[in-house]
Amino acid sequence: MQYLVSVIDDTAGLATPDEMAAIDVFNDRLKAEGHWVFAGGLGAPSSATVIDNRGEEAIFTDGPFVESKEYLAGFWIMEAADLDVALTLAAEGSKACNRKLEVRPFL
Amino acid sequence: MSVIDVREAVTQAHHEEWARVVASLTRRFGDLDIAEEAAAEAFATAVQRWPADGVPPNPGAWLTITANRKAIDRIRRENRRDDKQNEAQLLYDDDPPEPAGAIDDERLRLIFTCCHPALAMETRVALTLRMVAGLTVPEIARAFLVQETAMGQRITRAKAKIKAARIPYRVPSAEDLPARVSGVLAVLFLVFNEGYLATGPDTDPVRHDLIAEAIRLTRLIRALMPEDGEVAGLLALMLLTEARRTARVSAGGELVTLVEQDRGTWDSALIAEGHRLVRERLAARVAPGRYQILAAISAVHTSARDVRDTDWSQIVALYDQLVRIDPSPIIALNRAIAVAEIDGPEVALAAVDHLEDKLAGYHAYHATRADLLRRLGRSHKSRAAYDKAIELAGNTAEIAALTRRRDQLG
Repeated sequence: MQYLVSVIDDTAGLATPDEMAAIDVFNDRLKAEGHWVFAGGLGAPSSATVIDNRGEEAIFTDGPFVESKEYLAGFWIMEAADLDVALTLAAEGSKACNRKLEVRPFL
Repeated sequence: MSVIDVREAVTQAHHEEWARVVASLTRRFGDLDIAEEAAAEAFATAVQRWPADGVPPNPGAWLTITANRKAIDRIRRENRRDDKQNEAQLLYDDDPPEPAGAIDDERLRLIFTCCHPALAMETRVALTLRMVAGLTVPEIARAFLVQETAMGQRITRAKAKIKAARIPYRVPSAEDLPARVSGVLAVLFLVFNEGYLATGPDTDPVRHDLIAEAIRLTRLIRALMPEDGEVAGLLALMLLTEARRTARVSAGGELVTLVEQDRGTWDSALIAEGHRLVRERLAARVAPGRYQILAAISAVHTSARDVRDTDWSQIVALYDQLVRIDPSPIIALNRAIAVAEIDGPEVALAAVDHLEDKLAGYHAYHATRADLLRRLGRSHKSRAAYDKAIELAGNTAEIAALTRRRDQLG
């Protein structure tokens, strides 16, 4: 079972060196215990481009698809047996990156 | 066997077997939705068949087997066109009912799944009442004054989330257990409190159905986890509260305070059972949690045959203990009420006034102030506090009692 663990941020700042170090330790643990699938940090929402090619031609729009105070700053994809395992990991991840996380199952 | 006897047998089987049937089917089919539907169909079949065929010697086994067949029928219907292999597996998987011990554990699994912290509190309550207590969706909707369709959707969404997010169907690990048990007890306490002091103008002031379900489920958890102190504490608290039921609402429909209740009408059997549980926890010599302390406070009250015999200093000492583990302003408010009996209303009022920032929107804060001000002869201020309490209160019997008190002010 795989879960998308999204990092929810509402500040403009990037992770501090301390936060980065804690994230590295957490990531090493995910790998060692077989929970790691993928993870990455994302550029600011203002760097996003929306593409809509459902019509005649592709339309490109500057900016994120939804404007909100909180935005997706990065994510993990984790392998976990069930939600309890995913939630325990996410609780540690939230501590490590010092941000709120959202856990959502893949179909 | 008469029609009434059969109906009673079905009701009794529903009380005793519903959770077992749902739990064992959930484990077998890994799907709450299938388990719930098949259990409901099995009970409907019992209603049809038992009057003609007679009540089977082992109703629980009959219901489990019938529900299993219903579930397999449904899965076959859904799989008809695609996977023939699934069907073949189901054909062979006709194992006998589980031994008793394992089934008890399954009910516990069901409870922990329904009370999972990833579900919203109101969803946990609804799901527990449906899956564990066996209340119907319309019954639960009525209990919480919600539209039936909205309640149905809430339960359906919860089942879908449990499945999609893979909320596990198991008793939590030892390290998570205390927190998860306290989550379950919070659900039961909420059901009980809504029954004990029901909110809303169109509902009975005391909802016996909710109280009965809360006690029944707490007894079940107590039977499944006899070593857990907080489970025993919550059950004792509920029993000692329920024991005072008939004294709590006057013939005129007003809520009667503990101090003014006719203690002769208290249920002595429930009090004896509650006291036994409290003594059992005292003898365990383990630091008590909040439900055990609340139960102990209730035990002190119910030990006094006459209100004048109440050991208020012990009650204040218990509240002091409670404040240390739960520094909530509501506990502080209740402590102040006990302090008034020892140190007088003036001292208590000073303590209550400190809580204004946190409790200004809580009717009991204003009701307590109103009472203390009344006892101090400050009628004008007391009246204003009663007005505020009446405005905020949601229980019809409590509003009636507050209104009378206000109108009796000189």
